[in-house]
Amino acid sequence: MTIADSHASSPRLDAKVPGGPMDERWSNHKFDLKLVNPSNRRKFDVIVVGTGLAGGSAAATLAEMGYNVKSFCIHDSPRRAHSIAAQGGINAAKNYKGDGDSVHRLFYDTVKGGDYRSRESNVHRLAEVSVDIIDQCVAQGVPFAREYGGLLDNRSFGGAQVSRTFYARGQTGQQLLLGAYGAMNRMIHAGRIDSYTKREMVDLVVVNGVARGIIVRNLLTGEYERHAAHAVLMCTGGYGNAFFLSTNAKNSNVTAAWRAHKRGAFFANPCYTQIHPTCIPRSGDYQSKLTLMSESLRNDGRVWVPEKEGDPRAPQDIPESERDYYLERKYPSFGNLVPRDVASRNAKTVCDEGRGVGPTGEAVYLDFGDAIRRDGKETIASRYGNLFEMYERITGDNPYEIPMRIFPAVHYTMGGLWVDYNLESTIPGLFVLGEANFSDHGANRLGASALMQGLADGYFVIPATIASHLAGRKLEAVSVNDDAFKEAEAKARERADLLLACNGNRSVDSLHRELGNTVWNYCGMERTAEGLQEGILKVRELRAEFWSNVKVNGDPNHVNQDLEKAGRVADFMEFAEVMFNDALVRDESCGGHFRAEHQTEEGEARRDDENYAHVSAWEFTEEQKLPTEHREQLTFEEVKLTTRSYK
Amino acid sequence: MIQKKNHGDLRIVLEVWRQNGPGAPGAFEEHEVMANEHMSFLELLDVLNEQLVESGRDPFVFEHDCREGICGSCSMTIDGKPHGPRDRTTACQLHMREYRNGDRVRVEPWRANAFPVVKDLMTDRSAFDRIQQAGGYVSINTGSAPDAHAMPVNKENADMAFDAAACIGCGACVAACPNASAMLFTSAKLSQYTLLPQGQPERDQRALGMVDQMDAEGFGNCTNHYECEAACPKGISVTNIARMNREYARATLRRRD
Ligand SMILES: Cc1cc2nc3c(=O)[nH]c(=O)nc-3n(C[C@H](O)[C@H](O)[C@H](O)COP(=O)(O)OP(=O)(O)OC[C@H]3O[C@@H](n4cnc5c(N)ncnc54)[C@H](O)[C@@H]3O)c2cc1C
Ligand code: SF4
Ligand code: FES
Repeated sequence: MTIADSHASSPRLDAKVPGGPMDERWSNHKFDLKLVNPSNRRKFDVIVVGTGLAGGSAAATLAEMGYNVKSFCIHDSPRRAHSIAAQGGINAAKNYKGDGDSVHRLFYDTVKGGDYRSRESNVHRLAEVSVDIIDQCVAQGVPFAREYGGLLDNRSFGGAQVSRTFYARGQTGQQLLLGAYGAMNRMIHAGRIDSYTKREMVDLVVVNGVARGIIVRNLLTGEYERHAAHAVLMCTGGYGNAFFLSTNAKNSNVTAAWRAHKRGAFFANPCYTQIHPTCIPRSGDYQSKLTLMSESLRNDGRVWVPEKEGDPRAPQDIPESERDYYLERKYPSFGNLVPRDVASRNAKTVCDEGRGVGPTGEAVYLDFGDAIRRDGKETIASRYGNLFEMYERITGDNPYEIPMRIFPAVHYTMGGLWVDYNLESTIPGLFVLGEANFSDHGANRLGASALMQGLADGYFVIPATIASHLAGRKLEAVSVNDDAFKEAEAKARERADLLLACNGNRSVDSLHRELGNTVWNYCGMERTAEGLQEGILKVRELRAEFWSNVKVNGDPNHVNQDLEKAGRVADFMEFAEVMFNDALVRDESCGGHFRAEHQTEEGEARRDDENYAHVSAWEFTEEQKLPTEHREQLTFEEVKLTTRSYK
Repeated sequence: MIQKKNHGDLRIVLEVWRQNGPGAPGAFEEHEVMANEHMSFLELLDVLNEQLVESGRDPFVFEHDCREGICGSCSMTIDGKPHGPRDRTTACQLHMREYRNGDRVRVEPWRANAFPVVKDLMTDRSAFDRIQQAGGYVSINTGSAPDAHAMPVNKENADMAFDAAACIGCGACVAACPNASAMLFTSAKLSQYTLLPQGQPERDQRALGMVDQMDAEGFGNCTNHYECEAACPKGISVTNIARMNREYARATLRRRD
């Protein structure tokens, strides 16, 4: 590992940020970009991997523009991508409420919320196009919540001081995704998108340094297929399932990103993960995933634990004077509404002190007793009825009577493949969109901003910036019979054969669970140099155990979900080590990355802007070798760096 | 020998459908799992599969992803009911506290000609995608939309459109219907657009396109049993079917002789 000690950016990381005033950069850049003549577009094939908000919107828009699009997803239908699960809403600087919102304020909030670890120009562009997203979605028939006058309703979300969040009851993700899926369907019907479902990307094909295709495994037949194109867009989501337990859908994976990384795409800031404070705690070691409860609950619920360690009493038997409302105590002005990272870390602290509640001791109470006494049960039911019902369904407890038990869970990954202003990775021709890239959220993402980013990337950014590659470079003809395709396919087959040949004693899930525990314990809410070093050794041991003792049954030439999982877990095992390394070299605390060595006397995160106002991007070198770190220095022209304070 | 893990004191005898492919013969296989009341139904299947794998047997194939009732992947009939016994609950949201010690539970795939079995509990539901490709959208190119407030939508219609749009495309309605009809699904999709001003310009061709595709896929007719509504985890109402019939009749009159 070589760590550059100068403050200059690595020459390998040219962010291609345009010059000029911040609020003119995107317009100027679009004007300066080369164009692909409409009649020439049909000569270009574009592969889009993933059909979530990012991939769905990109595939539809590029097809409308006239490109030949091939779309791929692991689900049986594009509509089932993980984006479907998003509940809360999507931000846009429409200022429909007239409460002082603006593009600049959304930009400012996002840079600050990201704890000053994102690229200003990208974030500004995101805030600019946010308004177009809402127009587009409404025109598609997305049924956003409306007021009695027929206009769109907004709410304030995730601690924002303005109402800029558009929503569709608790199903914003599903409704936005169905909009993008509809747009895709129109283009599939018109013969402009070839949709390949139940395909898993298992490698990227790079020809003469340019991304020119992918290898996929057909998950129904086990066949390997080669697909060539002029450009490849990866929109494959985040890597939260490295922790095994997370709020992500079960098929979410790092495989596509990891395979691209091994072909030359740098992986940026892998240690930035977001832990959401209000999830339903796990109930036992068979737990398969965690369920998010909307953080709007913190508007009325009060968080507490018993004063005393190991208090065995039921919550209703603990008198007021023996309860510790620790968020209200420590943060009198924000109280229960402190940002996600602060709320999560404090829950961990009280549980570590032995004051956690419930059968596992890994939970805190979220109590609606006072709110019900104050506003009445009906009012509370009208606000949170569906969430209370969901909670009851899962836990069997009635939150109107017994306080909810909540605990933090991994929810989102800010890190991802490094991309420049055009969303192009370090491999020419490979573009990365949505949660799979690292670009806009710095070290912490604000609520309702991921949906915005996915759709911004797909509907508005890539349709313009892809021309930098297609019109800007001379692209030779390639064929799926070229050596690069053969080699990539052979490698993918070999990997699957190795997994099947292991024939050990342990199920894939048991190994994945163990990896998840290690990542959670050593690279979770709180990290230390010592712990990370120990964690790296554990990950290595576990990787060796995986390859010697995994058991994968069944027919490789048919549906084989065990083999699918095994391939993904194998990649998580390699990826985890880079994540640990990134957390280790980032010797500061920022956003979701809390290094216990770097905290203020009050236990708050202490950033080190002097030495760490940069992006770390990791370059793959050799199997079993540590990757090389490269740095992109971040400059702040518009936003002044301050310390977040929620006291 | 199947190695059993003990996750609690709830003994469940599972009868799970095993079938290797579309035309292949299938049969129920019996297995015992020790469960606990907090487990979800899919976690019960996970435990069973883990036992099978570690004993060198093939796990059962079943579809799932979000495990929170929104992606529509999970699709299994439990004791004769699509998604199982609890109202308005997908299989992934069903928890074992619905069951008692010693219960025998039968799990099988959706049964419908238009949803052939792929393997075990997994069926091919791509017919739903093709129905939507036949018109389930508004034709608007990205970037050409007017301001979102240019067209207010009356709240009542907006709410009804949302109710229809809540469909998760799981297919339980088809599995529950004695005729394996896809009317509830198709009508929900169609209603969303019929109720919104954005959907008006393409109203006729959408109704004709989607209904004709639905018929072409081999789904049965609706003979008013309303089993679909009872099985639907999202509470989609059969009033949508009536609306679709009106839309189709209207479009036929206007477009065809
Ligand atoms: C429970 C929950 C609630 C959330 N709520 C909100 C919210 O209210 N507001 C908000 O802004 N954000 C929210 N988020 C975050 C947000 O939903 C995601 O960040 C966002 O949807 C990611 O979209 P995406 O298009 O980048 O990827 P995804 O939606 O994850 O899509 C990934 C796609 O890639 C495909 N894919 C993956 N791997 C492969 C492979 N190897 N080969 C082929 N295809 C592959 C998948 O099939 C899928 O189509 C929430 C997240 C969770 C977990
Ligand atoms: S109508 Fe209901 S049962 Fe049918 S697909 Fe939609 S959600 Fe599933
Ligand atoms: S797994 Fe998504 S709805 Fe059941």
